[in-house]
Amino acid sequence: MRNPNEIVAEALAAIQGAPDLPTLEQVKATYLGKSGQLTDLLKSLGAMPAEERKTAGARINEAKQAVEAALKARREALQQAELDRLLAAETLDVTLPGRGPGGGGLHPVSMTLARIQALFRSIGFDVATGPEIETDFYNFTALNIPQDHPARAMHDTFYLQTGELLRTHTSPVQIHYMENHPPPLRIIAPGRVYRCDSDVTHTPMFHQIEGLWVDENVSFADLKGVLADFMRNFFERDDLPVRFRPSFFPFTEPSAEMDIGCVICGGEGCRVCSHTGWLEVLGCGMVHPNVFRHVGIDPERYLGFAFGLGVERLAMLRYGVDDLRLFFENDLRFLKQFN
Amino acid sequence: MQFPESWLRNLVNPALDTTALAHALTMAGLEVEALAPAAPPFDNVVVAEILSVEKHPDADRLRVCQVDVGEAAPVTIVCGAPNAAAGLKVPCARPGAKLPGIEIKVAKVRGVESFGMLCSSRELGLDGAADGLMVLPADAPVGEDFRAWRNLDDTLITLKLTPNRADCLSLAGLAREVGAITGAEVRLPQINTVPVRTADSLAVQVMAPEACPRYLARVVRGIDAQAPTPRWMAERLERCGIRPLSAPVDITNYVLLELGQPMHAFDLGKLGYGVQVRWARAGEQLALLNGQTAELAGDMLVIADADGPVALAGIMGGAPTSVSNETTDVMLEAAFFTPAAIAGRARRLGLSTDSSHRFERGVDFDATRQAMERASQLLVDICGGEVGPISESVAALPVRAPITLRLARLARVAGIALDADTVARDLAALGAAVERRDGALVVTPPSFRFDLAIEEDLIEEAVRLHGYDNVPAQPPAAPTRMLPQDERVLGDDVLRQAMAGLDYQEVITYSFVDPAWETALDPAARPLPLANPLASQLSVMRTTLWGGLVETLRHNLNRQLERVRIFELGRVYASLDAQPMRLGGLAYGDALPEQWGAQARRVDFFDVKGDLERLAGRAFDARPGVHPALHPGQCAELWLDGRGIGWLGSLHPRLVQAFELASAPVLFELDHAALVHRALPRYAGLSRFPQVRRDLAFVLDAQTPAGTLLAALRDAAPPVVRTIEVFDDYRGKGVAENQKSLAIRVVMQDTERTLTEEDVEEAVRKLIDTALRQCNASLRV
Repeated sequence: MRNPNEIVAEALAAIQGAPDLPTLEQVKATYLGKSGQLTDLLKSLGAMPAEERKTAGARINEAKQAVEAALKARREALQQAELDRLLAAETLDVTLPGRGPGGGGLHPVSMTLARIQALFRSIGFDVATGPEIETDFYNFTALNIPQDHPARAMHDTFYLQTGELLRTHTSPVQIHYMENHPPPLRIIAPGRVYRCDSDVTHTPMFHQIEGLWVDENVSFADLKGVLADFMRNFFERDDLPVRFRPSFFPFTEPSAEMDIGCVICGGEGCRVCSHTGWLEVLGCGMVHPNVFRHVGIDPERYLGFAFGLGVERLAMLRYGVDDLRLFFENDLRFLKQFN
Repeated sequence: MQFPESWLRNLVNPALDTTALAHALTMAGLEVEALAPAAPPFDNVVVAEILSVEKHPDADRLRVCQVDVGEAAPVTIVCGAPNAAAGLKVPCARPGAKLPGIEIKVAKVRGVESFGMLCSSRELGLDGAADGLMVLPADAPVGEDFRAWRNLDDTLITLKLTPNRADCLSLAGLAREVGAITGAEVRLPQINTVPVRTADSLAVQVMAPEACPRYLARVVRGIDAQAPTPRWMAERLERCGIRPLSAPVDITNYVLLELGQPMHAFDLGKLGYGVQVRWARAGEQLALLNGQTAELAGDMLVIADADGPVALAGIMGGAPTSVSNETTDVMLEAAFFTPAAIAGRARRLGLSTDSSHRFERGVDFDATRQAMERASQLLVDICGGEVGPISESVAALPVRAPITLRLARLARVAGIALDADTVARDLAALGAAVERRDGALVVTPPSFRFDLAIEEDLIEEAVRLHGYDNVPAQPPAAPTRMLPQDERVLGDDVLRQAMAGLDYQEVITYSFVDPAWETALDPAARPLPLANPLASQLSVMRTTLWGGLVETLRHNLNRQLERVRIFELGRVYASLDAQPMRLGGLAYGDALPEQWGAQARRVDFFDVKGDLERLAGRAFDARPGVHPALHPGQCAELWLDGRGIGWLGSLHPRLVQAFELASAPVLFELDHAALVHRALPRYAGLSRFPQVRRDLAFVLDAQTPAGTLLAALRDAAPPVVRTIEVFDDYRGKGVAENQKSLAIRVVMQDTERTLTEEDVEEAVRKLIDTALRQCNASLRV
């Protein structure tokens, strides 16, 4: 019988020298295959005397295990090397840009409208809309704006040749809504409005959001609470100063203008706030009894507050836009800044 | 309204500095728009008198003046002003004086020592001529501080008054308001009855008492129209922004500012007989004071004599009867014209006057006589003359009905209970008559308040004087109810986000457009024209979003962008009753942004069609159609749920050229309402049995739309067929000219059993049959 140790030494050398998996499998066959050298040794055991057979068998088995262990280790090493090679070959330059279609985005006025709507929806305001071509009745008369109010003059209002007009504010939606919905009600009405005015700080079309809350006990204190809450949440500034000044709108009484502390300079005084530290952001007030009467709501039973705010103005303050006209030039270099 | 703080403080002087006073006004609803100093800062300037003027020994243009500055000895000042002359009184900056931009020192001017500078208006930062010394009146007190003498440490306050507060369009009204806000004592000027010295009077006949319920006229004879306007009056007028003209005119303007009563002085000598207040007659004209000739309408009130209108009542006087330097006799007018009789007329004539501004908003009809007396007194004092009796015509004046203010209602509206005594005191301070009742006040508003008619008006006044800031801001309590959420309607925000996700940038374009775009896009379009557009390019209401989108494309191409994908969600306008919301979009340039690893190609019809299918979440029924703005061979009307909801296509080559574009954008416009409606998802069960796929290639006429074949196949397919889709359109080698090969994928599956070969063959046979019969499409072999 050949010395198993010799075979092992030979086999280990062959295993270590195998450059790839197929060669390694051949080596395995040479030693452990059906007619491999160690297999043959085992087969030869049968011819040995019984007393020798036991020790010889143990030696051969040891040898076999040593070769199998070496094979396993080499196989794993070769597999690892193969995987490493593959991984190296498949390595990407991950710093290259991603591929595919580009991304669009929303207009900053839409973003602002959506933000305002989300805030008011969170306290139960529904969203209502109304037509942009309006009648004199809805835009003015029903809102208690008498015939010769300055807002009716040609220099403010766009008229169609057919006699209708382009709504000058979103307030007519109040009327449409109240005509069709009994109180209590809570709505905001976003949309385009039009004024016959164009200069650095005016565009002939812009956006407003109208708000209306009607119930049996809605007070001026509630109006202040809701609007202060809104402004602080819109600008995400819990300490934002707000103030309400008496004002005049034909469709509210009492009426107020709301100012917020200048969000640009923090109230120190800057160009945006005309060095007053305050920014006028919206008009509001308690719904005038005549407006309720126009839509058949009993002003003795119901009270309400209404407000109207300019969306572009809030967008400008929120995003630091310093020129109103940019919103309607639709320069993609401007618009893509908001994506 | 602009006025000097000093005038107001002359009538009411609260213990507040300028800033605090401005804040108090603003917070009471009289918004202070601007505070400006009456003059820029300077000091050490005194009133001086030039005693003598000699030529400078070494300079042709300079003179050496001996100047009395109020000290024991005159001082020497070198001066270059051409109007320097002995006896002239001028402002003189003393050594050490700081003027705007310059500091004055003792200096040698060409060898002569000069102790100060004689000043022009401009050198002091005041309005006036720059090319000579500022000449002061002969009675100017030599040696007195110029700033103090001219009252220059004054602030010009500009108020942005709301239209309801006509009562604050005068200094007396403002003083009353400030008194109510601050509690300070108000001292209005004492107005006495001027003794009548002539019996002359002029009876003015009021033919339109409904428009002119009160008309006062008075003759004043023998005035000196050239008498100088006193400096105090001129100064106040100037600081209110009114240029002094001549004493009689200045006096009427002064009374307007002081008491809020517009007045007019007619040259009595030029006024004819039979003076009336009446409505104008059609065709009448009037040459106005400002040089304009007004074409009068029947709803315009005039003062007229027998020859025709002489003044536009409450708006502006006529030129022929205006007071001139030669005028000796005048007729003073003080009237109450109702707001309804005046409102809107001035604007229609392109005018806006201090008078019309006040009458439109409401003038105190109870103070007419006071104003007349005040003006008469000033006229007699300044211009001399003798006044005649006042002739007065009175008809039905506005009535101030008592209003009941319930304190409970006040608390309910304001959200805060106010004490009855405080409210009564505040309303009384505003000039109202207040009577206490149980739980209520009965308030009669004063004649000068045209904005107090109902209980809410009084509530506003009570809360305003209490201070809006003193009302708590409370989070309202309301029953919490959820808002309905219709799951079958896609929200606009979701739609916009989806478009953004499809690589479109949202734009917002004007609703009014250039009519030329409209006609170019659709010659049959009849867009609604505006009666008063800002410009011709913004003169009609759009009937399509495409005009604005193409213009936006052009705007961006001009700014070096090459790939433009935009959308707009907005209305188009057909009439009052038809203003539908549309989703419009445009794609131009490469299909993908320029990038590595992707071959560049132009965006085409199918790219955008795919975008829209992803947006809608399902395929459209696209029908070849004809739209005037679109390429006739690349134009589809898109149908959804059995109705046409819009158009998709490439811009017509004619328009590509007209809009000067390098290639055609793909455009779409869809009806928003139809697009956002979708069915509620409904679970239909999954089959446990395997599906079978068969690919069939049909050869058919190239002109037959794939959709026709698909529709025929889908219609004929047995129930085991789940889907039939096109996955290739091949033309060229192997397919005859004018033919195409469409590869169709058919997927079959049964919910109850595994399909047998026979089932599949039968279905396929049926489809092949149908294709041949209905579309003349044969199986490609």
